[in-house]
Amino acid sequence: MEIDELYQTIILDHSKRPRNFGELPPPATKGEGYNPSCGDEVVVFISQSPQGTIEQVRFTGQACAICTASTSLMTTQVKGKTVAEALGLKRTFIDFLTQDAIPATGLGNLQALAGVKKFPQRLKCATLGWHALEGALKTNVG
Amino acid sequence: MVVNSLAERYRADFPILDQKVNGFPLVYLDNAASTQHPNCVIDEIARYYREDHANVHRGIHALSSRSTKLYEDARARAARFLGAASADSIIFTRGTTEGINLVATSWGTAHLGPGDVILITEMEHHANLIPWQIAARRTGASLQYLAVHGDEGTIDWSDLERLLSQNRVRLLAFTHISNSLGCINPVRAICATARRHGVTTLVDAAQSAGHAPINVQELDCDFLVFSGHKCCGPTGIGILYGNPAVLDDMQPYQFGGEMISRVTYESADWKPGPHRFEAGTPHIAGAIGLNVAMDYLETIGRPAIQANDHHLGEVAYERLSRLPGIRILGPRRERAGLISFQLGATHAHDLVAYADQFGIALRGGHHCNQPLMRKLGLQATARASFYFYNTESEIDRLVEVLEAAIKYFGA
Repeated sequence: MEIDELYQTIILDHSKRPRNFGELPPPATKGEGYNPSCGDEVVVFISQSPQGTIEQVRFTGQACAICTASTSLMTTQVKGKTVAEALGLKRTFIDFLTQDAIPATGLGNLQALAGVKKFPQRLKCATLGWHALEGALKTNVG
Repeated sequence: MVVNSLAERYRADFPILDQKVNGFPLVYLDNAASTQHPNCVIDEIARYYREDHANVHRGIHALSSRSTKLYEDARARAARFLGAASADSIIFTRGTTEGINLVATSWGTAHLGPGDVILITEMEHHANLIPWQIAARRTGASLQYLAVHGDEGTIDWSDLERLLSQNRVRLLAFTHISNSLGCINPVRAICATARRHGVTTLVDAAQSAGHAPINVQELDCDFLVFSGHKCCGPTGIGILYGNPAVLDDMQPYQFGGEMISRVTYESADWKPGPHRFEAGTPHIAGAIGLNVAMDYLETIGRPAIQANDHHLGEVAYERLSRLPGIRILGPRRERAGLISFQLGATHAHDLVAYADQFGIALRGGHHCNQPLMRKLGLQATARASFYFYNTESEIDRLVEVLEAAIKYFGA
């Protein structure tokens, strides 16, 4: 069924058992994502190493399975990346969901969210955590 | 049983319901958001555009006079539909939201000032909340709320007497039927209390006008608003009823053509009656479609629709309440034909997406009730809302799919 393309096993797994769930104390920075259509909220916490790489990343919030899984998968992918690399991954991921024929190069298990392409009304769910990530990174950069 | 016979008799009038969605027969349970249209409404709108269309009130020619007659016939029908004494009390709007904004702007600006209180309830739709926040900010009045208690959504209406005697309340605006709780507020008693204190009333009838008999003279309210598309009519058209005593000294809301009597380069006078609130070319086809929709509902009979709603609402409550981990909002008895719920830890959007795969149309979200949801500690709920064309077997189908969803998303 089409629904199984949206809710792949890995998505259901990450939504029920989100990785890196919780807060980070200051000086970690945080970014918030809010979806006014459903009230979903996600807060992403980032701590950076002196070399400017993402040392730790955690998130909290209450959100649907797609949003929770996408944010959880994101946290497993961006750890150890530089700010520029993480923002690059965000762009690639969003392009992959919104444009045709974008190769999944470098996306790893984020490819599991490919089903969102058939459910454009869920795009906001899949990208909310990523916007929060960008917020957390920009706070640090500034 | 009366109940199934309504769907048996009338469902075939709705061509849209006879289709498959994702390979399953459509089960349309999003009627609180928008109802569907019977053939008679669709046909009349098409006929009007094919045969009669021209602008209203300004042409001498035949088509314009036919259009004008149809448009004004719709106004007269709306007056009968609401039990208003005169068609002059009926203003065409784009819908409930515009009706409330019109009152908040035109009546609010003239009658509210510092020290005055606007009283609403905690269960109001954003459309009956934000216009009052803005009116309060503009005029210096304050906005107060009647509290909603618990998941049942009870309001202690005995508070009303106290609030009205202790504060300088100028306006009481409240919903007849809550779109998220499904509870029915005692409009007549509320308006009577307000009347004793000289307080102006506005009733949000968006969820009730197509579901229950309404007589504005018996209710003794000052304003009542509803939308056409929640009672078998088109989108983009709605009704504002205004008590003549209140309407007469109200200034227009928008300005332009259609609403004036004499214009010079320096100033302008307004038309009398409802026309001064209808600037610009109105949604003529919408009004004509709504006329047919109101006629259709009167043929079925709103008391029968109301009984059907209560029955489906209670059946849904009984059957859904057996699902493990379900939390249902609103009262068990005496409920409207809608039910909103949370199912375990599963998010409403996931439930709604899942149900859609089996042809069931639900609504998921905060239902334009963000403050209430926050108060109840909820982010979003799923909602099933019924109309007279829905059946008990569609509720059974919903329960089946929700049971499958529990297994699918369960821990």
